[in-house]
Amino acid sequence: MARQARRWRAGAAGMAVLGLTLTACGGAKVGDSSSGTGGGADGSAKCGTFNLAVNPWVGYEADAAVVAYVAENDLHCKVTKKDLKEEIAWQGFGTGEVDAVLENWGHDDLKKKYITGQKTAVEAGPTGNKGIIGWYVPPWLAKAHPDITDWSNLNKYAAKFKTSESGGKGQLLDGDPSYVTNDEALVKNLKLDFKVVYAGSETALIQAYRKAEKNKEWVIGYFYEPQWFLSEVPLVKVNLPAYKAGCDADAEKIACDYPVYDLDKIVSAKFAKSGSPAYDLVKKFNWTNDDQNVVARYIAVDKMTSEAAAKKWVEANRAKVDAWIK
Amino acid sequence: MTVVLEKPEKSGTAEPVAPRGSRRTVGRPLRIGVILVLWLVLFAVLRGKQTLSLAAADLTDLHRWFNDVNDSIGANRDSNPLFLYFFNEIRLVIDTLAAFVQELISQPSAGRPLPQIGWLGVVGIVGYVSWAFGNWRVALLAVAGFTFLGLQGLWQESMDTLALTLSSVLVALLFAIPLGVWAGLSDRFHRIMTPFLDFMQTMPTFVYLAPLTLFFLIGGASATIATVIYAAPPAIRITAHAIRSVPETTVEAAESLGATRRQSLTKVLLPMSRRTVVMGVNQTIMAALAMVTIAALIDAPGLGKTVVQALQSLDVGTAFNAGLSIVVMAIVLDRVTTAASTREEEARRSKNRFLAWRRPLLGAGAAVTAVLVYLSHTFVWAAEFPGEGGLGSSIAGAADTTTTWVQDHLSGVTNTVRDALTNGLLNPFQSLLTDSPWWLVGAVLIALGAVLGGIRAGITTAVCVGLLVATGMWSDAMTTLASTVVATALVMLLGVVLGVWMGRSALVDRVLRPSLDAAQVMPPFVYLVPFLALFGATRFTAIVAAVVYAAPVAIKIIGDGVRNVPAATVEAATSAGCDTWQIITKVQLPMARGALTLATNQGLIYVLSMVVVGGLVGAGALGYDVVAGFSQGQLFGKGLAAGLAIVLLGVMFDRITQAAARRTSA
Repeated sequence: MARQARRWRAGAAGMAVLGLTLTACGGAKVGDSSSGTGGGADGSAKCGTFNLAVNPWVGYEADAAVVAYVAENDLHCKVTKKDLKEEIAWQGFGTGEVDAVLENWGHDDLKKKYITGQKTAVEAGPTGNKGIIGWYVPPWLAKAHPDITDWSNLNKYAAKFKTSESGGKGQLLDGDPSYVTNDEALVKNLKLDFKVVYAGSETALIQAYRKAEKNKEWVIGYFYEPQWFLSEVPLVKVNLPAYKAGCDADAEKIACDYPVYDLDKIVSAKFAKSGSPAYDLVKKFNWTNDDQNVVARYIAVDKMTSEAAAKKWVEANRAKVDAWIK
Repeated sequence: MTVVLEKPEKSGTAEPVAPRGSRRTVGRPLRIGVILVLWLVLFAVLRGKQTLSLAAADLTDLHRWFNDVNDSIGANRDSNPLFLYFFNEIRLVIDTLAAFVQELISQPSAGRPLPQIGWLGVVGIVGYVSWAFGNWRVALLAVAGFTFLGLQGLWQESMDTLALTLSSVLVALLFAIPLGVWAGLSDRFHRIMTPFLDFMQTMPTFVYLAPLTLFFLIGGASATIATVIYAAPPAIRITAHAIRSVPETTVEAAESLGATRRQSLTKVLLPMSRRTVVMGVNQTIMAALAMVTIAALIDAPGLGKTVVQALQSLDVGTAFNAGLSIVVMAIVLDRVTTAASTREEEARRSKNRFLAWRRPLLGAGAAVTAVLVYLSHTFVWAAEFPGEGGLGSSIAGAADTTTTWVQDHLSGVTNTVRDALTNGLLNPFQSLLTDSPWWLVGAVLIALGAVLGGIRAGITTAVCVGLLVATGMWSDAMTTLASTVVATALVMLLGVVLGVWMGRSALVDRVLRPSLDAAQVMPPFVYLVPFLALFGATRFTAIVAAVVYAAPVAIKIIGDGVRNVPAATVEAATSAGCDTWQIITKVQLPMARGALTLATNQGLIYVLSMVVVGGLVGAGALGYDVVAGFSQGQLFGKGLAAGLAIVLLGVMFDRITQAAARRTSA
């Protein structure tokens, strides 16, 4: 027993020595370097925390990256990004957990529920992006059969679009269930020999187009702009009967193309009244489809972090950014 | 998404049907044949009538009612006392716990730019704890595994995931152990709990994610609670099972010595079942890890977020990286808890000469760990994982290259396989299910249930069929059923081939097992992109994804079953001149029949748990409905109904196959 205790003591002493040695040659301490940025602290007192929803598509990620970068570096806000689907992000307006949604695609149902109904959200103006929804084919197909971009020729090619999923008809591929879509009604009302097949995710849709262009396969489906993928594979839009105001009033009887959406920003009612400089930034934030595609491409294709992508764009477009924060 | 139903208890619960059963089995295949022929005949006559199909945007009254309930909760959450005094309080407690664990290991806290304990401290603690509760070999594995996470450049994400896992497991066990003990002691409570546990495990998580954020807001609390709901059932079931398996004589002996109920619980039942309870903890940890990617959809931080974001830009390499980290963490936690559960036994068996040294060594280890924690708290080099995570990018690069090669070279073959299986098997079967009148399919299901599982299984099936019709999702449920059955058939094919191989050779077992573990833990989101490239957005892609996930379970169970065939029987057959093929088909497989039915049961349940993932890659039907309900407010009710339909399919299959398993093993 005594011998054991001695060993134990020796071991403990050894440990203590080891510990002290390590401490002595330690190096930089946690918190040393960060105290240097104390200047940001009083800046953030004005702005406070800015809760920004990030909806799951790369275009939105680009919006959020740039707004967050400007809010952090120019306005010294503490930005908290929250990765959420649209529905849940809007829910967060009422509970104070989300301050802003930067890229809203129509969603009249949500506007009705949260803006006019619960009054927890308000509109904050357009982003400047034009949202275009429609049916697209891969470029090789539009080149090989130029007349395919007119909807009235689609039935001629229907058999070519047949797949194992389409039950003998041509396949029209739809994507994520949160998309705004009238495709089932369109197929019926335009008397097309097609069946809408739900891929179920944007990933599945993009992969289908990517493969179709590479292997010269026949694919037609739902897609939208602005989208980074179009800079990799420039899909060609199929012209449906032109949109006229009111032609989409009855969801069952729609037989016309989608309208061009003016994408807009929604903020929580509380945030709009808070006087935060971040709110002014969100309200003034405005850019083009090309701008967004550049940043989205940095993120999706060049695999930059969203911070690095935003930094690169902001430094190249200082004039635009300055207009937002004046 | 996993369902970790543990094996149905084969011992003890067998129903006393054995004597009559043996005479009945003669006619069973015949009766099944008659039912199927009748079905085909009626299908030919009645095709396309009363199919109860529902278009993608159509709703029933039930769905609208679910919507209204959801909306009214959302509108009243700030004034309702139930929220102010109940849900908000729960949220506060759980949020505090989650935030505490996060600040400890993953998130900057209290004015520090880094968490309280840095990487060196965490690795030290993990190593020490694994050694103290397990042995030095798992400690080595744990240290290596956690270092690998850092080298991948995913240290912070991994710690966020670990923090979420730890806090959910903690909360889950807080409820699960007492409930499990209660269910172990009381038969009636056990009966009441079982359907709830089934429900918690088979209800797709997507269905309750959105409502959870309504109750508990966006953030740590909701993510933790979603994980708890999914991860608690295995611990409850296994604890109950553990208590039940303590020999009755032991308890009686204690009681005859004058022990009170309380004493016999704390002094006899709990200590004797500790080993099994630890296995329950293990299963809970695994289930919690399986939720990581799903919880990322409501902003839970960690590796899941990396996977989901990579999926958006189809970045297979990055998704694989993060997925690999989840696998490594799961394997480490699994091995450590398994070692912990067998530690005492092993220590007793091996008369280790270090045993006398254990105490001082434990003390010294604790001191070293304390020093490491202190260092990682104080110094940047020990707090922030050094290096740029170069290993991660080279692994990502390799994964990218591999998938591109596979996509370029194999997609011709895969398309042929897909079309053959879809047109030859899936489409005819699906149209048989969806184009027959609903009452015909219902009657066939009930009849099959009764023939395979007995009268009680027949009654359960009847109830499930009725409820399925009531959900308004009949047609979609039948589409899903068709894919599920085809996927299960493929799972069983793989299970028999690889399972027999594994059961006959210890070497094959050792080589295969780690990849089976990995296939079970790797988040399905990771392999969706390559599968989409190979098979397109089709039902078949969903089937392949389900097979990858479900086959390992079936393979393991069948492997065990074959291995457990007494060696003497096999030897006898060999000496009687049987060749290998005859031994397998005439001796080993028939004798492992119980394992085969159990494998079918687990295979089906695991396949069903992948239905929602299938909805993301073109399988449509119930999976798509659930995802749509999560994405669009006006489809919430429909998504919920689709989730219920999945649960009903699960319960129906589980009861039939379990009853069938009891009958075959009896």
